[in-house]
Amino acid sequence: MSNPQQLRYSKEHEWLSDAEDGVSTVGITEHAANALGDVVYVQLPAVGDTVTAGETCGELESTKSVSDLYSPVTGEVVEANQDVVDDPSLVNTAPFEGGWLFKVRVTDEPKDLLSADEYTEFSGS
Amino acid sequence: MSTAPRLTALDAAHRALGATMTDFAGWDMPLRYGSERDEHNAVRTGAGLFDLSHMGEITVTGPQAADFLDFALVGNIGSVGVGRARYTMICREDGGILDDLIVYRLQEREYMVVANASNAQVVLDALTARAAGFDAAVRDDRDAYALLAVQGPQSPAILKSLTDADLDGLKYYAGLPGTVAGVPALIARTGYTGEDGFELFVEPRYAEKLWRALLEAGAPVGLIPCGLSCRDTLRLEAGMPLYGHELTTSLTPFDAGLGRVVKFEKEGDFVGREALTEAAERARTAPPRKLVGLVAEGRRVPRAGMSVVAGGEVIGEITSGAPSPTLGKPIAMAYVDAAHAEPGAEGVGVDIRGTHEPYEVVALPFYKRRK
Repeated sequence: MSNPQQLRYSKEHEWLSDAEDGVSTVGITEHAANALGDVVYVQLPAVGDTVTAGETCGELESTKSVSDLYSPVTGEVVEANQDVVDDPSLVNTAPFEGGWLFKVRVTDEPKDLLSADEYTEFSGS
Repeated sequence: MSTAPRLTALDAAHRALGATMTDFAGWDMPLRYGSERDEHNAVRTGAGLFDLSHMGEITVTGPQAADFLDFALVGNIGSVGVGRARYTMICREDGGILDDLIVYRLQEREYMVVANASNAQVVLDALTARAAGFDAAVRDDRDAYALLAVQGPQSPAILKSLTDADLDGLKYYAGLPGTVAGVPALIARTGYTGEDGFELFVEPRYAEKLWRALLEAGAPVGLIPCGLSCRDTLRLEAGMPLYGHELTTSLTPFDAGLGRVVKFEKEGDFVGREALTEAAERARTAPPRKLVGLVAEGRRVPRAGMSVVAGGEVIGEITSGAPSPTLGKPIAMAYVDAAHAEPGAEGVGVDIRGTHEPYEVVALPFYKRRK
């Protein structure tokens, strides 16, 4: 498994893309997806919701457990991935691609997001 | 007591397969090897291979082995024929369930009692104490066996390719000694998945050889290694209780809807007889709560401990819940007040983190295989 170099990472195992026109994409890492097991349900923030860095904004349900989804940044949600709502297994099969979760217009970003290499060391994979 | 988890004889095999391991009742056990949903579906449609070596084997021998087990357990163990098995329970004097068990009669005067890993010591201690005054010996055989299970519709064909034993003559809940892949084994037609299947008790030193042979023989018909995660969803779909969830010391077999395992008609006294007689009457006339199935209308998954609600009131508690791969919906077992326990009961929901999600009350099991 390798964590894409162009992304940044939170210690809650979310990834964040570089902003394009102020909008970044958020998902969970492959490490997190593997730890969860088969994801069967995702609840995402709604378009227009304000999300806050480090706070819960949804949930991910797997066979064994439910986990909170944390936003890695603060901002306004501009799109939620309907494909992943319809087919939550995308989180397992393509966590960095088709399994992205939501897009956010970033207003504030914590200083302690990790680089790919730092996250690899932090997560051990 | 050491806190280091115990390893089964197949530990290296699990790690070589890249299993995600989990601590289960003090054992380091495979939770899943890949996708638990794929493992679940393999058992429903093809076959799955499980390491169940954490289960607790206890051997009972002696001229009064049958009389002793009839006294110690709630079932009619003396009536089990040689080569047959029986699902039964061990209760406290007050009727509370200490464990659910499978008892195999290996010889006229020899039985093997298989307890849940989490209760094996409790069962061993209770049997040892209850054996006083009987000409019978209780032996801790937990380390004497590894246990492999092959479950699923393809399991008879897979096993047949590895043994000369008469599998066609081996009925459900029967067991016979034989040789599988050159390994001496007790071959039992039992399981905890709702499918046809076999459980193979072998000496630990043979476990890896047998594991490899089963994987190889089964691969062409879809057998894959399966972890405890799918074992839990398989047994839940089949409506089978799990100790610590549907069964506890604060419940009698009658409370759990399993009063049929208690055999009052057997000769002599048995531990719990008096309390269980009252429990049977209570269950018949004024049951406090009943065990039911719940099927989600939505997609949020109920978990053990969540409240079952109706009309804003708490009417029960979830004991097990999971997304069901076969139904494609979340399912659960729950104890609910008798007034809401009929299939189709109106307005029943589950409080999932503050939201009342609608659920349908159904009869158990959720899944029954076609014979």
